[in-house]
Amino acid sequence: MAINKDTVKYTANLARIELSDKELEHFTGQIDKILGYVEKLNTLDVAHLEPTSHTLELKNVYREDVVKKSIPAEDAVKNAPSRENNLFKVPKIIDTEG
Amino acid sequence: MSYEIVIGLEVHLQLNTKSKVFCGCSTDFGSEPNTQVCPVCLGFPGSLPVLNRRALELGAKVAIALKCQIAKKIRFDRKNYFYPDLPKDYQISQFNQPLAQRGNIAIILGEKEKNIRVRRVHLEEDTGKLFHQKDSSLIDFNRSGMPLLEIVSEPDISSPEEAYLYLTALKSILEYIDVSDCNMEEGSLRCDANISLRKKGEKELGVKTEIKNMNSFRGVKLALEYEAVRQKDVLEEGGKIRQETRLYNPGKGVTEPMRSKEEAHDYRYFPEPDLAPFDFGEDILKTIEKDMPELPEPKKNRFIKDYGLSNYDAGVIVSDRETADYFERCAKLYKNPKIIANWLMGDILAYMKEKSVHMRDLNLKPERLSGMLKMIDSGAITGKIAKTLLIEMIQTGRGPEDIVKEKGLEQITDADSLEIAIREVISENPKSVEDFKGGKDSAIMFLMGKVMQKTKGRANPNKANEMLRKRLKGDA
Amino acid sequence: MDLYNLTAHELASLLTKRELLPIDICNSNIDRINGVEKSINALAHFDKGLALERSKALNGLPIFIKDNICVKDELTTCSSKILKGFKPPYSATVINKLTKENSVLMGKTNMDEFAFGSSTETSFYGPTRNPWDLDRIPGGSSGGSAAAVSAGEAVWALGSDTGGSIRQPAGLCGVVGLKPTYGRVSRYGLIAFASSLDQIGPITRDVEDSAMLLKIIAGHDSMDSTSADIPVPDYVSLIKKDIKGMRIGIPKEYFIEGMDKDVKAAVLEAIKKLESLGALCEDTSLPHTEYAVAVYYVVATAEASSNLARFDGVQYGLRSEKIKSMIDMYKKTRQEGFGDEAKRRIILGTFALSSGYYDAYYLKALKVRTLIKRDFDEAFKKFDAIVTPTSPTPAFKIGEKISDPLTMYLSDIFTISANLAGIPGISVPCGFTKNNLPIGLQVLGKPFDEETILRVAYNYEQNTEWHKKRPKL
Repeated sequence: MAINKDTVKYTANLARIELSDKELEHFTGQIDKILGYVEKLNTLDVAHLEPTSHTLELKNVYREDVVKKSIPAEDAVKNAPSRENNLFKVPKIIDTEG
Repeated sequence: MSYEIVIGLEVHLQLNTKSKVFCGCSTDFGSEPNTQVCPVCLGFPGSLPVLNRRALELGAKVAIALKCQIAKKIRFDRKNYFYPDLPKDYQISQFNQPLAQRGNIAIILGEKEKNIRVRRVHLEEDTGKLFHQKDSSLIDFNRSGMPLLEIVSEPDISSPEEAYLYLTALKSILEYIDVSDCNMEEGSLRCDANISLRKKGEKELGVKTEIKNMNSFRGVKLALEYEAVRQKDVLEEGGKIRQETRLYNPGKGVTEPMRSKEEAHDYRYFPEPDLAPFDFGEDILKTIEKDMPELPEPKKNRFIKDYGLSNYDAGVIVSDRETADYFERCAKLYKNPKIIANWLMGDILAYMKEKSVHMRDLNLKPERLSGMLKMIDSGAITGKIAKTLLIEMIQTGRGPEDIVKEKGLEQITDADSLEIAIREVISENPKSVEDFKGGKDSAIMFLMGKVMQKTKGRANPNKANEMLRKRLKGDA
Repeated sequence: MDLYNLTAHELASLLTKRELLPIDICNSNIDRINGVEKSINALAHFDKGLALERSKALNGLPIFIKDNICVKDELTTCSSKILKGFKPPYSATVINKLTKENSVLMGKTNMDEFAFGSSTETSFYGPTRNPWDLDRIPGGSSGGSAAAVSAGEAVWALGSDTGGSIRQPAGLCGVVGLKPTYGRVSRYGLIAFASSLDQIGPITRDVEDSAMLLKIIAGHDSMDSTSADIPVPDYVSLIKKDIKGMRIGIPKEYFIEGMDKDVKAAVLEAIKKLESLGALCEDTSLPHTEYAVAVYYVVATAEASSNLARFDGVQYGLRSEKIKSMIDMYKKTRQEGFGDEAKRRIILGTFALSSGYYDAYYLKALKVRTLIKRDFDEAFKKFDAIVTPTSPTPAFKIGEKISDPLTMYLSDIFTISANLAGIPGISVPCGFTKNNLPIGLQVLGKPFDEETILRVAYNYEQNTEWHKKRPKL
């Protein structure tokens, strides 16, 4: 087994997704099966290889330090589930909860 | 049992670019909430970052000034964590291939120097700002995406005082190269500290705590002083230090654990796929190096060599770029740099400190100061009068000759005038005269003081002293 | 003749000759939508009134957009509950380019939630059905775009392709789908699934339309750091050159056990056709093909787990009503807002990046990705293009694979490698199964050589009749 319920639970919490017991059960089995399949990568010797995180050989893509127009505050907050005076509103935070 | 303190500092510096690090929004302070935002710095779905070239260049400038090695290949990574002020719920930062590593900052401990190693310097984006209300919190993303440079020291700092000196030295360098406002109260410079204790002589580091929420250099020092004592008390009572983040409470002067339970962080760093890698070609680095002003350390060495200043005096003068510039301008006008240094570090710095005036706002042209010094040398005024004259010059902005003439502050050297004053002093202070005659040489200091008082400080001290002695001895 | 059956280039020439007005085309699409949308469910957001209004004002062709591409002030939801009601304050670069061409933005097409899927069954708006067999899936994740084009609801459409999400549904719906080279088309405004793999591309009725639409949307964009500053050729004229002497590789790893025999037969037949047109087809090998799915489901989910973190109930979209604290806001909102497949992929990707597993999963996958890319680098030293089936099987039944994610993932086995290597690929119709289900032929090319794969596909298409067939609805 590549993964167990505790690990899935811990990982879901890192990803900030609440899981019901049923979901936890269900996902653990499925993810375990997928990870089992992924284990085929272990048959390859990759020690000497460079990782490819990007296929394009671009570098030094910059912009100059020039100020561009921002969007109006009303547009910034108009999709917000909760807001107050052009500020986004969230439940009270205690210290650095989370 | 005696303990050693081990401190490492993390400084976050807001770089003074015109636009944000990954988008074109302005970096101005004090605008209405959410008016300096766009899809990129709001982290709207589909938006993509493009690096502000200037931010990387300013970062490189800092790296060079801190004698770091700049990476051949610079990459950005995502630091993943959930927090409402972080619009994408990840921060674009640098992990594996930071901008620069392995630098150092020299601090002065009395007459000794100590090198604090800089572990790494990396560029990242700032978060938004939270405002806490009674039962909700509000978010303004104007600050989101401002360019931040993180400067991490090695745990080479051995006392809260050294931490203070490290920050002062760092700030001085940063001000020289003009990359940031460096204002801790306004948040353009922020500092977190890691502190642990270990028994003297032990190699292994103790369990550390992370201290946050200091808003001045002094606050950093006070917080660390408190925390060092707290840790010592815990250890001496046989307790264990808990690895945790503590907040400094400036009102109470204590550090307090955060109220919420803290989870082990797992930031899941991985290469930011939305940005290509960067490198500085040799020529670009050379251009940046060429643009660098003379930094405090080489300047100090030059001042010692060229002006014959002591290590300490040179250190104090170069710690502020404008003070150093002021000194050099005066040195061009007046032949004895040591005397300039004495005045600068004595009366002038004391005045500035008392009135909270910065060098750039000091109303004292180098011509005026050097003019005054020349008047002392020529005997036109006494050193004592010069002290008053200096303040008068700063406060009125007028030249020394003007003030001296108007207020009649010239030195009294003619024997007749001095003789009158001396005679009066002798007749008014028979006890001291007796003391002197009885062999108590120090009594003459008192009598000289009285002579100065009588002449409002204008008496030529050498001549007055000579005449006073002659007079006292003549009477004997 | 029904207007809704015509290609974009045919309609464009009728517009130029003033034999037609944009509103006529729009009306033909609307009529068709009225007739068939109920049974197909290809559209996520469509406002008839707005479409008509626009077609009156603009002298261009109508187009449908996949629901993960931002259009300013219009619903853009990735067919997910978590983006309920979201109207972005800006438009994607491709949308601005289309607007410059006077394109009439008709609406948004249905998709797998956040493009997570190969069947368009994971949409919050319900599954899209394959116009050739309403019991079957249209492929995914751009299933709505492919089905709409196939059914005549759309003249053409934009999709996005992270592991085959344009080519696979195009193949299964009997239309043409092109995934450009990574960096060819700006991703600015495409709601990211896997940032190092995603590309926007055209889904069209024929290859010439594909070339036309690619020409419009391609090109460097200063808003996308991963956009290549490479000139965009005039595809439409270039693809009409013949393919005599062109060297085409046929990788043996793409003819596997368990693949549908009708698919295999159709593809082998297509290869013969290419040879008859003068191409030099030769067997070759892409030895690391079998690892592609494993690499993909680590790399893509890892990136996705980070890209989808921002859907947290703070700035836009859904926020759970059942919250007492901030941590609740995150966890409950994401529990309610994401569907099963999204949750599964986010957890899988989070796991692959988490402390203690990073090297074993994420880093290792990136290293194997290097091998997959090298396979193509080697092959393209010898060949101008590579030809394969688009999918191992034709469209499967709705519900058939939804409860078995791994089997579902394996249906992308032939399309995923192109994304991992960053190369362009196109799917063009190459026949039908005995059950009258479309089969796709995939042509893969060198980076930034879309011209060649379009040329192969065009020559093949013009010498066959498959692309002229329409589903009976």
